[in-house]
Amino acid sequence: MTESTLVAPSQRRAAPAPRRGRLWGKLRDRRISGWLFLLPLLLFNLVVVLVPSGFSIWYSFTDWTGISGKANFIGFGNYASLVRDPEFVQGLVHNILWTLFFLIVPMVMGLFGAYALSRITRFRLLLRTLYFIPYIVASVVNSSIWRSILDPQNGLGDLLGINPLGDPDLALWTVEFVNNWAWWGFLVVVFFAAMQGVDRSLYEAATVDGAGAVRQFFSVTLPSIGPTFAFLGLMTIIWSFLAFDYVFILTQGGPAGSTDLLSTVAYRDAFTNLQGGYASAVGVVMALISGVVVTGYLIIRKVRKWET
Amino acid sequence: MSTTAAPASPWLGPRGRFVLGRTTVYVVLTALAIFAVGPIVLFFFNALKTDSQYAEGALGLPKTWEWGNFTTAWTQANMGAGLVNSLVVVAGTIVLTCAVAACAAYALARIKVRGGSAFMTYLLVASALPSQLFLIPLFYLWAKAGLYDTRFGLILIYCGLFSPFATLLLRSFMLGLPRELEEAARVDGAGELRVFLRIVLPNVLPGLLTVALTTGLSAYNEFLFAVTMIQSDTAMPLSTTFFTFQQGFTQNFTLISAAGFIMIAPMLVLFLLLQRRFISGLANSGMGGM
Repeated sequence: MTESTLVAPSQRRAAPAPRRGRLWGKLRDRRISGWLFLLPLLLFNLVVVLVPSGFSIWYSFTDWTGISGKANFIGFGNYASLVRDPEFVQGLVHNILWTLFFLIVPMVMGLFGAYALSRITRFRLLLRTLYFIPYIVASVVNSSIWRSILDPQNGLGDLLGINPLGDPDLALWTVEFVNNWAWWGFLVVVFFAAMQGVDRSLYEAATVDGAGAVRQFFSVTLPSIGPTFAFLGLMTIIWSFLAFDYVFILTQGGPAGSTDLLSTVAYRDAFTNLQGGYASAVGVVMALISGVVVTGYLIIRKVRKWET
Repeated sequence: MSTTAAPASPWLGPRGRFVLGRTTVYVVLTALAIFAVGPIVLFFFNALKTDSQYAEGALGLPKTWEWGNFTTAWTQANMGAGLVNSLVVVAGTIVLTCAVAACAAYALARIKVRGGSAFMTYLLVASALPSQLFLIPLFYLWAKAGLYDTRFGLILIYCGLFSPFATLLLRSFMLGLPRELEEAARVDGAGELRVFLRIVLPNVLPGLLTVALTTGLSAYNEFLFAVTMIQSDTAMPLSTTFFTFQQGFTQNFTLISAAGFIMIAPMLVLFLLLQRRFISGLANSGMGGM
């Protein structure tokens, strides 16, 4: 690299200090020192996330067990088996149901809670804090809390005469309910923060025009928090395909696979069935879905010129 | 269906429009608060019941308050060791993540390196990758490197996982600092490192505290990597200590409740003391994970 003659206008003002030697001069070049500051993060991300992900893509084309080092290339064999694997297809369907549930129930609860909070003056910080508490409790403990509450012998399950976690027809909805219980309060806090930024005069104008609460919500509040709403909606889709904790802890995917998600199928294939290559293929499919969603979000953000 | 004509429905205002009456709003908000916190209170009550009281019902107040359940759970679940391991892992994760993220955030916010926005897009994409994609090779890699089943190995993974979010959060704090702060130092010939350590870092200490809290919470509660990467009791953090205990004692819900409450108590206290910092950190992100 030659001595820097191209300097951005914003950097030109900072007077360069006297240079001591070539190397020192280069380190003082902000283009190089900037990347030196990024280096540690990049290294961690490469070692923990990117390089192992690369390996997984390779393994997804092999019959690797996950423990012994031998991996034979089998082309798209794993992917061909995926399509015919009822566990995988069932997991994918459950992931889609999971997405739909989390796009609707917590979003509605979050929006409603936040809007209601923004309409009151007293106790709203206390209430916000209370709603947020389940979110900071560990998933292992939250699962235990609900397992005992829903207990078919002496809990809510007994009162209602059902077995919420043991009945294949109810189990998926029950796990979603428990995960949502831990999640919706977070959305209240985020939506509430966004609503605080809405221009008050818009509401006053709407009131003068005779708009009721519902009309105000849909005509003023919702459009004003559009970017937050879209961001969380798209993140919900990604997170729905990454969901793991609550299913693994509460039901391990059972009974009879009725709560299996792609994540639990991949985990079981990797660590119980010792099919590392096959599990990698499931992981790659999950990543592809995430990738499509993130790309969609980035495009929307670019088109709409959002800052967040 | 009331026989006496109500003067006005609480939902409908003049001209038959839907309005949210103040009382209605408070009633609904209180119901939501009970929905959020009630289960945790019930859990606390269950931790204080005797086995026979619990057998009568998981919902309701304890008749006698069995505080001894907490000490029994503490020893039987080996929670002391778990707590020490968790503290080591959480402290290590916080220090390492804050250091790595502060450097990166400085580059992105104050130096504005070329390719910075592409780098941030990369971070966004990397944090959307499913753990299941890199878990198996990482497991293999960690086993080869002697990092499997060690607290240090877990700290390194957490730093890799949590630093992108910590970076984005710290960056937003650093963007708020005025240019003039560092200009004087630069004119005096201060290098990048000195400006970073002496000028920028001290000015974003509140942001650093927020990042430390959210990172610590994530590390304390993390489950998937803890359960996969740690096997022996001597290295197990609390989340897996509790999980193992709960798997082994499925019938003893009073002790499980007591152990669970011991696990969440430190975070509950910390959250109630510093809730503004927690909330601003987690809420500004939208990237907290589910």
